[in-house]
Amino acid sequence: MDVEQIETAALAAAAAAADEQALDQVRVRFLGRKGEVTALLKGLGRLTPAERPAAGARINVAKGRVQAAIEARRNALGEEQLRRELASEAVDVTLPGRGGGGGSLHPITQTLRRIEEIFVVAGYDVVAGPEIEDDYHNFEALNIPAHHPARAMHDTLYLDNGLLLRTHTSPAQIRVMEQQQPPLRIICPGRVYRKDDVDASHSPMFHQVEGLVVAEGIAFADLKGTVVDFVHRFFEKEIGVRFRPSYFPFTEPSAEVDVRCVHCGGAGCRYCGYTGWSEVMGCGMVHPNVLANMGIDTERYTGFAFGFGADRLAALLYEIDDMRLLFDNEIRFLEQFA
Amino acid sequence: MKFSARWLHDWVPFDLKTPELCDKLTNAGLEVDGVEPVAADLAGVVVACVEAVEKHPDADKLKVCRVYDGDARLTVVCGAPNVRVGMKTALARVGAVLPGGFAIKRAALRGVESSGMLCSEVELGLGEDEAGILDLGNGYAADEALTPGRDLSEVLSLDDVTIDLDLTPNRGDALSIRGLAREVALLTRQSVRRPSIDRIPSTTDEAFPVAIENFDGCPRYLGRVIAGVNVARPVPWWLRERLRRSGLRSIDPVVDVTNYVLLELGQPMHAFDLDRLHGGIVVRDARPRESLTLLDDREIAVGDTHAGDACPLLITDAQGPVAIAGVMGGNRSGIGLSTRNVFLECAFFDPLSVAATARRFALQTDAAHRYERGVDSELQAEAMERATALLLDLVGGEAGPVVEAVSQAHLPRAKAVRLRKRRLDRLVGEEIPPTEVGDILDRLELNPVTSGSGDEIVWTVTTPSHRFDIEREEDLVEEVLRIHGYNAVASRVPTGGLPLGQPDLAVAPAARFADLLVDLGYAEAITYSFVDQKLADVLEPSVDPIRVKNPVSSEHAVMRTSLLPGLVGALQRNLARQTERLRLFEVGQCFRVVGDELKQDLLCGGILSGPRHAQNWAHESVDADFFDVKGDVERLLALGGRAAEFMPTQDPALHPGQAAAVCIDGETVGRLGRLHPEVAATLDLPRNVYCFELGVLALATRQRRVFGGLSRQPTVRRDLALVVDDAVPATEIEAVVRERFGGLLSGFAVFDLYTGEGVESGRKSIGISLTFQHRSRTLAEAEINQKVDDALADLKSRLGAHLR
Repeated sequence: MDVEQIETAALAAAAAAADEQALDQVRVRFLGRKGEVTALLKGLGRLTPAERPAAGARINVAKGRVQAAIEARRNALGEEQLRRELASEAVDVTLPGRGGGGGSLHPITQTLRRIEEIFVVAGYDVVAGPEIEDDYHNFEALNIPAHHPARAMHDTLYLDNGLLLRTHTSPAQIRVMEQQQPPLRIICPGRVYRKDDVDASHSPMFHQVEGLVVAEGIAFADLKGTVVDFVHRFFEKEIGVRFRPSYFPFTEPSAEVDVRCVHCGGAGCRYCGYTGWSEVMGCGMVHPNVLANMGIDTERYTGFAFGFGADRLAALLYEIDDMRLLFDNEIRFLEQFA
Repeated sequence: MKFSARWLHDWVPFDLKTPELCDKLTNAGLEVDGVEPVAADLAGVVVACVEAVEKHPDADKLKVCRVYDGDARLTVVCGAPNVRVGMKTALARVGAVLPGGFAIKRAALRGVESSGMLCSEVELGLGEDEAGILDLGNGYAADEALTPGRDLSEVLSLDDVTIDLDLTPNRGDALSIRGLAREVALLTRQSVRRPSIDRIPSTTDEAFPVAIENFDGCPRYLGRVIAGVNVARPVPWWLRERLRRSGLRSIDPVVDVTNYVLLELGQPMHAFDLDRLHGGIVVRDARPRESLTLLDDREIAVGDTHAGDACPLLITDAQGPVAIAGVMGGNRSGIGLSTRNVFLECAFFDPLSVAATARRFALQTDAAHRYERGVDSELQAEAMERATALLLDLVGGEAGPVVEAVSQAHLPRAKAVRLRKRRLDRLVGEEIPPTEVGDILDRLELNPVTSGSGDEIVWTVTTPSHRFDIEREEDLVEEVLRIHGYNAVASRVPTGGLPLGQPDLAVAPAARFADLLVDLGYAEAITYSFVDQKLADVLEPSVDPIRVKNPVSSEHAVMRTSLLPGLVGALQRNLARQTERLRLFEVGQCFRVVGDELKQDLLCGGILSGPRHAQNWAHESVDADFFDVKGDVERLLALGGRAAEFMPTQDPALHPGQAAAVCIDGETVGRLGRLHPEVAATLDLPRNVYCFELGVLALATRQRRVFGGLSRQPTVRRDLALVVDDAVPATEIEAVVRERFGGLLSGFAVFDLYTGEGVESGRKSIGISLTFQHRSRTLAEAEINQKVDDALADLKSRLGAHLR
């Protein structure tokens, strides 16, 4: 066979090799020590010196082509092999991953954290206080003496040891002022208790956040600005805020704060009891009796205090229409706040 | 307090629509809680005149009437016994809809067609008289107003609303039409049109003596006899209707009159049956062992005074108590149908004394409500005359002279209170013009006297008797501000220093614990801090909880000493709702008495039940076990980074073989384990419930981190399979090994635990992996081998361990 025929046969054989092994047999058959191309090279010696260069060159070209063809085929086979392997390793990426899902933080906790974040940036300290309180901190020191009609505003739960469950977070004001002198900026989030029957808007246990600022030159205007800014930031909306004169023995002047219903914008809906307003907090200028009880100079220092219902704010923020859900701890409720 | 807008309008002719009036009141601090129309929509109900009445041919109790309704003469069948010719009554025309949705249709009644219905008070929702149809000529309206065909709601002025005010305790002065009129007059710049109250001269000399022993509790007491009354007379519609529109029921003429004066003037009064009183009235403190049966038949041991209780003030006669002063009367001297002579009481009682007594005996009456908030101390004489006039009108009789006992020295005095402009502006945060301040104080009837000028202006006011709540400068600031308008003050934000924060190196941030548990798949619960004693007893039988004296229910009767009862309750409720797999946690205060000390510690607890993993394709469904909950606890402990030990423990709530106490520095800081199967059975819970509870303070106390250097030397690892008795704890194996290797041992892990074939029963195989590293040199193979042999010898001699 001449060189053309051998080359043609070799290229065809390389292209037809089905796997690495077959390809190697092609290599041996043509390029091995006893291979057909090798044999041609060995046969050059039988040619005349004049014929040899041209014939040699021609054989080497053929050899190069066969080598290249085998290499190309090897690469192709490799790629094919890899493709098959990868295909066999494919998974259903739509299946869920291993490892369980996360849990959830209670909406009230999330609300309290949001409130804390808003105030901490403005330099407020977050303090905690005991939930079992004495009459002095819960009432007396807050200018609510025994038999004061304002005590009827607090249906107090009493304990068999003579103490009581705090009816508001305001005792925190006293506990802070017992320890520190002005200037003061604190908030105190926590549980409070009243002897209320459970219904869609009442619970014997709920959460308040108390705020207290005492410094020189603190005025009602500061209270208003703080409350209005807080409401706007909390709801991320410039909603209407209304201050109504009210009465708390430990503030004077006192105010209740209503916000425009976040659901209906004031038109009236079931969230706001069709009034267009939601009552969210009580506040006022700290009563001089309270400051004086704590040994603070009332001519030099003035202050404001506020206390709002975190459960109410959570209900407004998350559109929860029944407060009973907050303490029922049904997993299908809790999971919605993950 | 509920009141009728029309009644108020009679006192002060405001030109405001109801919503405007409500806004004005609310913005002045008198919060409107609700507004209701005084009557249903009575369109189609008109005045009609009965022109003929005949017996129904087929029904004994029915009558066939011809009535004229201004347009036509109609036949109407009527069953009322009082229907008569010439009567003006209320006709519901065909098409009218009565309260309750009752639509009037043309209908045949026993064969006679009726074109409408003649109505009673009850059918129209206007009162409680259902004995017959409305007899409009009889006290409901003037005759000339009763033109047939006129709308009934116009004739009876039913275009009125009942406004419900939620008044704060400092505004006792506003608990009456008179007080509200004063407030509305001030807000609308009008004057009050008070009805003239004339002195009623006595027409009989009959009097009943009055004496006061305790002037602190009762500075003033007025009494008056009304002799020869007829209490069987009906109460006129206008008075019943005013009471109804104020949320009160009509009882009898005498009680209705005292209630009317209470609503109109704000003065509580009481009426006694004079013939059941003996000797004279003495106002005094209760005496030991005295008791009194009240009008509502409750017997009150007023004389049983314990230490700390205020002594109740009583109205007494020669035979003993006849009323608790300012709270409620007794039934011995109550007005009844047989009453012929009345003794009227009109007094001023000390607010705190009434409040203490009313609260102590849980008697929240309308009288006590007003007295404890304070009544105008100059009002009694006027109220007495008003009540007398009304009573004489209603039940006849002769008025005796007014008998008064009083101590001027004990009556509240007018106070002089000053308001400094500088202080006012400083507290408000901006200037309120002095002319406006003076005007407001004037309108408040506070009689201001101005002195000084510029910023030094001082107003000195003298409080009128109805504003006993004003005591100090801040009270005046509030008064000026609420009339000026809270919402008129500009807002600003406090300025001041910006001190830097001080984070605490020794405390891990509290939020991390909750966040970690959330990341571990727990949902946060918030449960009540008071729990059911039965549940507490099952879970913590050895702890005596603090009891709530007046719990909202028996299920909330004791303070929790642990988070477990709340979490178990939440688990029970979720299981009842078919939740199979649950992980809940809570962070909250728990309450215990230790020795004399009340401990209110913040605890972090969790509960876990059901399969380890939520159902999925990748994991076999296996129930969670002790090591799931322990793993979570270890993650929590790692936040503080302090070394904790887990000691087997006995806990009545927990499985005796799957319970551990968590100890840090020798102190128990928590517990974990599997709920005791018997407890689980008692609580109707599945057997595989696990829980943990840790003190947050201990968790958050952080080990201060200091860099300990890094060794670059190669590590050597040896794995050993040891066989030991089942009872040998893994921590003891670790302790023995660590003791032998000291600082050389850089890693210790249990990599296998096996019992079964190849290991004799009662023993277990534990695979441990030891990693060694020297800080400064390479370890020689022979050195390690020798030490491992030594360790094996230790393990054998101390724990009976041998290589598998």
